[in-house]
Order: sequence, then structure tokens, then C-alpha cells
Amino acid sequence: MALLTVKQLDVHYGAIHALKGLSLTVEAGQIVTLIGSNGAGKTTTLKTISSLLRPTSGDILFDGQSIVGRPTHELVRLGIAHAPEGRGIFANLTVDENLEMGAYVRRDKVGIAADRERALTLFPRLRERLTQSAGTLSGGEQQMLAIGRALLARPRLLLLDEPSLGLAPQVVRTIFDIIRDINASGTTILLVEQNAHMALGVAHFGYVLEVGQIVMADRAETLAKSDEVRKAYLGVG
Amino acid sequence: MAKLLQTLFDGVAVGSLYALIALGYTMVYGILQFINFAHSDIFMTGAWIAFVIAKAAGWAGGDTPIWASLVTLLGSMIFCGLLGFVIERLAYRPLRGAPRLNVLITAIGVSLFLENTGQLEVLFGTQPQRMPTLLSSEPLFRIGGVGLPLVDVVVVLVAVGLMLLLQWLVFSTRLGRAMRAVSFSIPVASLMGVNVDRVVSFTFVVGSALAAAAGFLYAMKYPGLNQPAHSTWILLGLKCFVAAVVGGIGNVRGAMLGGLLIGCVEMFGAAYLSTSLRDVYVFSILILVLLFKPTGLLGKATVEKV
Repeated sequence: MALLTVKQLDVHYGAIHALKGLSLTVEAGQIVTLIGSNGAGKTTTLKTISSLLRPTSGDILFDGQSIVGRPTHELVRLGIAHAPEGRGIFANLTVDENLEMGAYVRRDKVGIAADRERALTLFPRLRERLTQSAGTLSGGEQQMLAIGRALLARPRLLLLDEPSLGLAPQVVRTIFDIIRDINASGTTILLVEQNAHMALGVAHFGYVLEVGQIVMADRAETLAKSDEVRKAYLGVG
Repeated sequence: MAKLLQTLFDGVAVGSLYALIALGYTMVYGILQFINFAHSDIFMTGAWIAFVIAKAAGWAGGDTPIWASLVTLLGSMIFCGLLGFVIERLAYRPLRGAPRLNVLITAIGVSLFLENTGQLEVLFGTQPQRMPTLLSSEPLFRIGGVGLPLVDVVVVLVAVGLMLLLQWLVFSTRLGRAMRAVSFSIPVASLMGVNVDRVVSFTFVVGSALAAAAGFLYAMKYPGLNQPAHSTWILLGLKCFVAAVVGGIGNVRGAMLGGLLIGCVEMFGAAYLSTSLRDVYVFSILILVLLFKPTGLLGKATVEKV
């Protein structure tokens, strides 16, 4: 069953037509990736799903229900968590306070404590830095915090924007292992990436985005083998 | 020695008033990055509402019970809190996302509006008034030969109490955490499920209530109330804005420090150098801070706002 359905989405930034009739589906329980080069509209897609941007036309269904026009802060309650690009952590808050912000809409103290524990188990580095100001973390640690924080919302759908951005290959591998773990424990993930190789390695299904349009959609392993993708995004051939 | 102590008391009393007002400037700046020029008029309104309440209740003279002051204080804070809410709702919220200059000009408009409607005969009128005496100015006790009147003690205690309360609110509650998150990034805070509009409203209510408390305390200490459009209110507001900038605009603790510093510098300068230059000292501090530490005493480039 589709958890998220995006239908014929058009988004404009002033005169710029950023998304041109984009459609995609995220099946419950899967990792779906949206790959493409810089400026293809990947971040725009996630921002529109989160209602940070308003589409000019088209529809977005979450769990069968249209969420277009609903304020961003209500979507968290529905079960959508978004770890934004550039990590978007609160540098003026401590690591622990950042995690608490992730659970902002929740009231179940016991559940929050359990999820906090889970996030800290996934990212032991964060545990050592709980009382530190989040602005003092390294890039990789900030990315871990952004993902850990999103988990504290206990989302049904996790939107990840470029988790590999600017990180050393070693750290990227760690983060992708954890993305797989998170999915294995039942969270559906929509993963936006420039690093097509890593993204197609963990995803079940993939879409290729070029200047605001989906140009290919297939099972991730099929995409990884296709000539076009290998040439354009994997630097092979 | 006596003069030194007396000046110190005055400096701390006036400085804590400045700090209360500076907090309103700094909180709004921390969240929306604009200077709310109408804030000094909220302070003025707070003082005048205190006058209206005390007058209407017929309170005057030294035998007024202490709860009368409390009622006046709370009445003024509640009124101005609501006023701040309405101003944000009607004047500033429609401009969310508009260029900052538009909001700034609107703030000046709101300021003029409050001053001039305040002058209406049905409201405060065009004449200066005298605030009824609610708290005795007889010395309560003496330290080093200097008498400390109840008024001064109340001014400092209430101001410090409110600042501690605010400190607790901002740094130890869920709402305060949300305020700090919003001040760092509105979109990311909303991704966490924070209703940003509600946080902004709350910030205006709290800032305005603090300004009203400062207005009440000011009227207690200096009972000669100038008419609403008088330039003293603007000048006082400006000094508090300077306090916020000196402390580091957007920084709650900075506003408190800046207020106390400005108050003490002003009072010491007036006592030991020249009374007529008191405003000069305040603005000299501003120039010095801007020259040597442009982000303010406690300001870090972008960190630790609200």
C-alpha cells in the first residue's frame, strides 16, 4: 500500500518552474530514493511535501489523505518527519535539547525516553555530547543529530535530504547502515541523494529527477545497472 | 561613601527597569529580526494604565495596602500583554515574509498610533499627571547612612523577580525551548511541529507585559507622568534599545546585563560628572561597544538568540 503519493506536482519559484508535473509513490515499509544532480528539484520536492513550499498545482496524499495546504507543524503529528538539507540542527540548543525538539509534539514520556535511548544507541557519538551546544558538533555528528532528532518524532514516513552531503566516505557508510536499520525497524523512508551509488545501494525503489521532471523510475537494483544511470550518476562508462 | 551607595542603588533600580524593557526588544528581535519601535509606547501605556487603575480605585497616600500595588501591576501587565498580542496580530503578522524594512516602517506607524490615540481625552489626555503614591518613599532601612525607600526595594525586587521568571521560562521550559528553536530557524522549528505563529504571539505578550511592569515601576519611582506623546518616553525606550544592543541584541541575558550597565553608567555619570550630559554617557557606551565588540557584550555572531 502506498504511504505517500505525489500526483502531478507543479512548483514555481517566481518565474522559475522548479517541478514540472512530478509524480511519485512511496510504498509503506520501503526506502525510496530520489536521485539527481544539483538543482534538479530534489530538495524542492521534500520541502513541498512538508508544506514549506506551496505547489501551484497537483496533490500530495499521505495515507490516502490530501495534505496540500496543511501547515507544516501539523504534518509532524500525522507522522511525517523531515531531516532538512544542510542538517538544519539548532546550533543554539544543546544536543539533548535538539533531541527534545524532535519529540516536541509528543506527550508520552515513556515512549519518548525509549526512542531517545534508541537514537542514542544508533548514534553513540551523540551520547557523549548530550550537554554540548549542537553548533560545536562536526558535520557528521550534526547529520547524526538531524536523523536522530527526526526519529524522536516516531515518524511513519522519514524524509531525508542529502544525508551524505559533505561527509567523509567512512561516515557516509555508517549513516547509510543506520538508514537501513531504521527502515528495518518499520519506518518508511524517502531519501533524497546526490550520491546515487550509496542511495541505490540501500533503496528498494528509485526515481531519477532531471530539471524538475522524473525521467526514470524503477527498482533500485535495476536502476543501478542501467546504462543511463551508470553514465550520468555513477561515473561509470 | 554615602553618595557612592546612593548612586549605586539608583543605578541598579533604573538599570533593572531598563533591563525589563530591553528584554522585549531583544526577544522580538531574536525571533523576527526586527526592531519593534512600538515597544517604548507599550512601556508608556503600561505606566498610564497603572495611573488609570490607581486613580479609578481611589488609591493614594501612604496607607494604601500593598495588594493595591499588586493589583495595579498585574492589571497593567495583563492589559499591555493583550495590547501586544493585538498589535502583532493586526500589524505585524500580515507582514511575515515581507521585506524587513516594511515591518520596521509599520512599527514606527504603530508607535505614532499609540502615542496619538493615547492623547485622546477619553484615554489619557494631553496633560501630564501625577501617579498616586502607592508605596511609601520613607526610608525602609538604612545602609551606610543611605536610606533605602520601599519604592526602590520594590522596583528592584519585582524587576529581578520577573527577569528570573523569564530566564526560567526561556531556558527551562518546553515553550522556551520552542522560542529558542524558532529564533534559530522558523522553517526548521515548524518541521519539529512548533506552531510558529503561536510562539511569536506568546513572545509579544511576554515582552509587552514586562514593558508594562517596567511602566508601573517607573511611575512608582518617578510619579510625574508626561503626556503619552512626550519625547521622554521615546528617549527612555531608546536607552533600553541601546541596553539591548550593548548586551548583544537577541540575547536574553545580554539585555539584563546591558540594562544594568546603562542604568549604572547613567547614574554615576550624572552624580559625579554632569547631570545635563546623562544621555551622552549612555550613547557613548553604545558607540564604544559597537566599535570594539559590534555583536554586543554577550552576543556571539549568530548563536544564542531569543
